[in-house]
Amino acid sequence: MTIEELDQIAQSVRQENAKYDYEINVCMDLACASQGAEKLKDALVKAAEEGAKKVLVRRTGCMGPCSHGPLVRVDPEETLYSRVQAGDAEKIVNSLGGEPAEELRCNLEQHFDSQVRVVLENAGYIDPEKIDDYISRDGYKALLTVLTEMTPAGVIHRITESGLRGRGGGGYPTGLKWGTVAKAAGDQKYVVCNGDEGDPGAFMDRSVMEGDPHRVVEGMAIAAYAVGASKGFIYVRAEYPIAVSRLTTAIREARRRGLLGNNICNTPFSFDVEIRLGAGAFVCGEETALIASIEGKRGAPRTRPPYPAASGLWGKPTLINNVETFANIAPIVRNGGKWFHDMGSERSKGTKVFALTGKIANTGLVEVPMGIKLREIIEDIGGGVPEGHKFKAVQTGGPSGGCIPAEMLDVGVSYDALLKMGSIMGSGGMIVMDDTSCMVNVARFFVEFCMTESCGKCIPCRAGTAQMFTLLTRISNGTGTMEDLELLEDLCITVKEASLCGLGQTAPNPVLSTLKYFRNEYIEHIVNKRCPAGVCNIETAAEVTA
Amino acid sequence: MPGVHCFASILFREDTLAAIIPPPLPSDDKRWKIVNGTMRKNGFARHALIETLHTVQSSFGYLDDDAIRFVAHSLRVPLSQAYGVVTFYHYFSLKPPGKHTMTICTGTACYIKGADKLIAEAGKQLGIKPGQTTADGEVSLMTARCVGACSRAPVVLSDGEVRGETTCKHLCEQLERWTVA
Repeated sequence: MTIEELDQIAQSVRQENAKYDYEINVCMDLACASQGAEKLKDALVKAAEEGAKKVLVRRTGCMGPCSHGPLVRVDPEETLYSRVQAGDAEKIVNSLGGEPAEELRCNLEQHFDSQVRVVLENAGYIDPEKIDDYISRDGYKALLTVLTEMTPAGVIHRITESGLRGRGGGGYPTGLKWGTVAKAAGDQKYVVCNGDEGDPGAFMDRSVMEGDPHRVVEGMAIAAYAVGASKGFIYVRAEYPIAVSRLTTAIREARRRGLLGNNICNTPFSFDVEIRLGAGAFVCGEETALIASIEGKRGAPRTRPPYPAASGLWGKPTLINNVETFANIAPIVRNGGKWFHDMGSERSKGTKVFALTGKIANTGLVEVPMGIKLREIIEDIGGGVPEGHKFKAVQTGGPSGGCIPAEMLDVGVSYDALLKMGSIMGSGGMIVMDDTSCMVNVARFFVEFCMTESCGKCIPCRAGTAQMFTLLTRISNGTGTMEDLELLEDLCITVKEASLCGLGQTAPNPVLSTLKYFRNEYIEHIVNKRCPAGVCNIETAAEVTA
Repeated sequence: MPGVHCFASILFREDTLAAIIPPPLPSDDKRWKIVNGTMRKNGFARHALIETLHTVQSSFGYLDDDAIRFVAHSLRVPLSQAYGVVTFYHYFSLKPPGKHTMTICTGTACYIKGADKLIAEAGKQLGIKPGQTTADGEVSLMTARCVGACSRAPVVLSDGEVRGETTCKHLCEQLERWTVA
């Protein structure tokens, strides 16, 4: 395979597509599929066959505004239809060439206007199971350019120059990590893609793996070339069966095209990828636990150093990056480090995909430049809290993050700003809560999550989260005291500072951040035995204890 | 050093023998051949433990003692370690599932949108707690950490089929369909 051959494939795909007058793209991401996108696609295919015009019906990955699904986009007009059911198929096919079906039109200009698509550039435009679709949108061009024109050091330089930071949550500079693995001694090195998206409420990695799997494979291959690895693993949650099957297909197709395997594109570079399934353990998102899990063991983390860059999988130097980090690599290589560096805020470059969910009008996936104000994401892109209710807080970073109140919404989103507010960027879950959510209850929910997900290796996390949960339960059912609150705060600090890995170190964040911004709710529960949001079951619980 | 060489060759021999002669299949159930296939694909390497357990669970629906013992012996993993892995990961189940499985997602977005009410309703209808199966073996009620369909929360999986924005009414209808069928 050469760049010319790649161009030929892209050309032939374009020629094939040009045979059709219209393209109907059906979003078949999990959210749309859960509302009947499968039946809709079949109906559209049937209607298109019966119609006079030549129409290509294509299944695609997530188009973004999931709450309006099932979504259908008709090209070349780029007309977006929302909440389309199988019964509407004929209406859409009949409208081709004439006036669009007005009652199904989705008017979300404001939703799309502030977004910048880098990671999601192909989402909604390609069939995830067709490698040629990916190639027709500049896919694998970056890999071939790297293999034929760049040195490994040159690749690392470009990534460093871009300012890309790890999208898994920690925000470690990607170029620096690659450089460390490249410098590590050893003839066998590994590249691992962390697709263990354990944060409940985040689904951008799932969407990328399902909607554009080749992008991840290409990013990993470029990384492998840069650090000198020949073997890669993608660790995916078993709860994402579609992602697993799409990645399996992608890897098979890439091998068939000679883009994975021995002597890729007749260069000395060889690289292959295997999929490893997670088995439902949040802690496996932590890199040393993930390594243990790939080795077939319990996912218990270990102390660092040595970092995986020096001693990772089977003791060999290992590069671990998140799905979204790898998804950023090909565009950076294609467009240059400076292009990426020009986007975003001072210390957080590029764009970030957020999974916007909860009490908000437009739930779904959004990709925005770093530094954008939270208010813009929630009010302009997200459409705000549905009528009749008032915005209370937005939770970022999942069980490791915190709740950000309304008065902080004008802060720009970046790793450092979120950290300063007591939350974290995390993988990119953003859950909006309104006045019907009780912050004590939310904190209790997350602590319960961390308690059950604690691997049990270190005491601060194992015992600490359990005690935090007991205290929070007492407070939420109205039997807590002010001493409990003091003890809770004290315990949070201990767990934060003494835990072995990220899970324990960040588990107190939801409690600390709600205590910081919503302390009055805790006090209301304790002193007045009242839940302001009306969520906690105070009376019955008090009766039980009495 | 001939001694070292001899020692190494014994080790090698043992490893090879174990790989060539794995323990006999627990029964003539064809599904064991699928399980064996996964192990063979991975060269009977110890690190294939989780992969193999996944195959057992997808073939049999759960992991029983015989299965764990068979996999552990085949891969030369101590039984304690195999059992440790099985109980560490939530995805593995030691109990046979019911004929139908209803899984309610309890991710954050689903929780905020009232997944707890769905769990209470399903529990009331079936008379069981999450993680249990009805006495007649018809329906298992499970919870999931997050299936990633957060934008259409709350989400319920009925025998693996994802349904978004589920209400108590939808849930009861689904349960009725199962009991009638």
